Amino acid sequence: MSATQPEVSRKLGAAGRLNEWINARFPLQKMLAEHVTEYYASKNLNFWYGFGVLSMFVLVIMIVSGIFLTMAYKPSATEAFASVEYIMRDVEYGWLIRYIHSTGASAFFIVVYLHMFRALLYGSYKKPRELVWILGMLIYLALMAEAFFGYMLPWGQMSYWGAQVIISLFGALPVIGEPLVTWIRGDFYISDITLNRFFALHVIALPLVLVFLVALHIIALHEVGSSNPDGVEIKEKKDANGVPLDGVAFHPYHTYKDVVYITIFLILFSLVVFFAPTAGGYFLETANFEPADPLVTPEAIHPVWYFTPFYAILRAVPDKLGGVILMGAAVMVLFFLPWLDRCKVKSIRYRGWQYKLALALFVVSFVVLGWLGLMPATGFYLILTQIFTIIYFAFFLFMPIYTRMEKTKPVPERVVYHA
Amino acid sequence: MLDQTRKLLAFVVAAVMLTPAVSLAAGPSIPLDRANNDVRNVASLQRGARLYMNFCLGCHSAQFMRWNRIAQDLQLTEEQVMTNLMFTGESIHDTMQIAMPAADSEVWFGKVPPDLSLISRSRGTDYLYTFLRTFYVDENGNSNNKVLEMTSMPNVLWELQGLQRAVYDENGDWTGFERFREGSMTPEQFDGAVRDIVNFLDYVGEPIQVERQRIGVMVIAFLLVFLVLSWLFKREVWRNVK
Amino acid sequence: MVGRAMTIRNRRVPHPGGDMECQMTDETDNRRRHFLGVATGVMGLVGVGAVAYPFLASWRPSARAMALGAPVEIDVSRLEVGGMLNVEWRGTPVWVLRRSPEMLETLSMPEVVNRLRDPESRQSDQPDYARNPHRSVREEYLVVVGSCTHLGCAPMQRFDVAPADLGPDWRGGFFCACHGSLFDLAARVYSGVPAPTNLVVPPYMFADDNTIVVGLDTEV
Repeated sequence: MSATQPEVSRKLGAAGRLNEWINARFPLQKMLAEHVTEYYASKNLNFWYGFGVLSMFVLVIMIVSGIFLTMAYKPSATEAFASVEYIMRDVEYGWLIRYIHSTGASAFFIVVYLHMFRALLYGSYKKPRELVWILGMLIYLALMAEAFFGYMLPWGQMSYWGAQVIISLFGALPVIGEPLVTWIRGDFYISDITLNRFFALHVIALPLVLVFLVALHIIALHEVGSSNPDGVEIKEKKDANGVPLDGVAFHPYHTYKDVVYITIFLILFSLVVFFAPTAGGYFLETANFEPADPLVTPEAIHPVWYFTPFYAILRAVPDKLGGVILMGAAVMVLFFLPWLDRCKVKSIRYRGWQYKLALALFVVSFVVLGWLGLMPATGFYLILTQIFTIIYFAFFLFMPIYTRMEKTKPVPERVVYHA
Repeated sequence: MLDQTRKLLAFVVAAVMLTPAVSLAAGPSIPLDRANNDVRNVASLQRGARLYMNFCLGCHSAQFMRWNRIAQDLQLTEEQVMTNLMFTGESIHDTMQIAMPAADSEVWFGKVPPDLSLISRSRGTDYLYTFLRTFYVDENGNSNNKVLEMTSMPNVLWELQGLQRAVYDENGDWTGFERFREGSMTPEQFDGAVRDIVNFLDYVGEPIQVERQRIGVMVIAFLLVFLVLSWLFKREVWRNVK
Repeated sequence: MVGRAMTIRNRRVPHPGGDMECQMTDETDNRRRHFLGVATGVMGLVGVGAVAYPFLASWRPSARAMALGAPVEIDVSRLEVGGMLNVEWRGTPVWVLRRSPEMLETLSMPEVVNRLRDPESRQSDQPDYARNPHRSVREEYLVVVGSCTHLGCAPMQRFDVAPADLGPDWRGGFFCACHGSLFDLAARVYSGVPAPTNLVVPPYMFADDNTIVVGLDTEV
């Protein structure tokens, strides 16, 4: 290709010369080739592999709609709630921008959870992709913080009391707990100053962190290459040009496939935005249509659905510090996945029944805990919560044992692909 | 080879389906009647607006709702809204405010009557529909309500509804109401009037909702066509990948 | 565009799929791909444009801005002859000057008219009903936006005749101290000053004999 380049650019004229001028100063062509036109991913990627690009797509949606929301939103305790209604009613298409942002928050977690589940299915966290996984987990942490800060901004009852509960968690820490809580709030209760600083974190600090981490995640991914549903390393079988035999270029092959995924996503997304923006009280909670009142607690406080699995784990232990530690552990344990899983085979297609069963139980426990997090933590619900918390942790704690016992099927030499 | 994935998915879906339906709203004390209101019914909205002005706006503002928006959405002229719905001296661009100072209302009712801009979204239309129809005179001769016991709100619609008392069976369970004084409306007419008020409040909660769905249909239609095109194109591009 | 780029790519680079050689020789297939690529691309662009629209539209004045910018009623019943009211409308000062017969006479005096840049208001901004020598609906009342057409300073009232600083020919008008622009008593700009056009006349109408409504006229 490089041999024919001067000739091509002479033919292209002005545009080609501009291209040359830029590339003599900035590695545009090189980067495009490395990450787009000559980045080869397996041709047998299935729909599970679409959730990565969808996560990026939702990030863009959130940044754009978020920028426009900040143009009319007022981060002040006296004005925040009214400014959201101002956006919903007085700003032209403000309702649309706000619903896109509120639906996008839930959509973000849906696609990220499915993206992470894909990694569990096909062992995408395994060597040599441990760092891709860890960077992804950092993104997930940043996303949780971003979502928490953002949820406070409408300054409704749920915003207020949800924040109250979550911030109080830090109070469980011995000695530094209470001073830490006061420092986070910047006041003796959640007040205007708390809202103002959370706003700053939500619209500037964490988006920067997120974008930075996403860049790292992708650079790391492109260094080691995408996994695939067979868990075969396609780089091991290359043709004479150094192109993996089972790979196809990211552009045009995967990009045009991604356009289809994005369109399907947009259809589902639009169904929510235009026909059920509150999603039955899950995406926009009914109690949040009442302005925040520091003196009146709503009858049932719980975080939004994407936090409820961890919220349920928090409540599984009848001890404040114990609950907080357990909840933290439930998130942090995911970081160790690449080393907990001792099975050499990556894809679930060729793994033994032990992992399949464990993964199924894990998914069920995550979903059921999510539901339990919305329920009162009493009686039967509490017992269920404790049972499923044990299952949740058993998936990780016994992983080094049951993954070693697995009787795996032979992994093929090349990926399985039927046109 | 996707079998495992599919089985796992089916398992997960089944598990999700088996979890009982979740009701997120804080539970009222009695089962709620269905409001069955229709925000597309402009005549009902107009009647509801009229009733709201006559019976509710004395105490309950709707501070996010602009009069000219009502005129536009309820197919009224600004003159009609100004002469029929608004108090004198207000501008058509104003929002629905009340004249009663909050301090006074706190003395009169023990509580500032809430703004109702978003009440249909925070409580739901069924709640409002049931609440407004279940005022009754209790054993002590005081006004009470079955949805919100000991509510500080008086039964402002009593002239329309008449007065009723609660009826209980031998176990002391509430079974219904007994009207002991006729109102200006029959029970059916009264239910219709309440439905109109609730319908208006539903509209006030989210004035854009009808337009939102109209735009949504076009967006989905566009995306479906684009899906077919982009899928065909993707298939073309992938045709020679073997 | 997209489709053509694709075809070139497929001809030039050996297909990475590997097992089979590229068979993009069938002309109908090529055309089909080209068509689908263009159709997808065009429709995608239309979609992006449709998405951009609400975001751009959100920058238009909101319902609240429209409410705050609603027409302003001015009661002129107590305005004396020769007196001026200054009313805020949409964040700008609107002047209502009740001109005396003497003041109106100055509008046709040669020492004034001959020095004006745009005496017939051809290049200036005003509703049609104010495109006349007195630049108003009723001769008596001048309604203008009190903001210099040069750089937006507020001109001062200089209704005094032949003052020392403005010369013996000055018959009264407005003087912008920022850059020295001069306007007569119909807010018409003098020539040889920085302001390019006469002061702007906002849309207005008389609701009754004593009430001027700024921001609303019968033509709207």
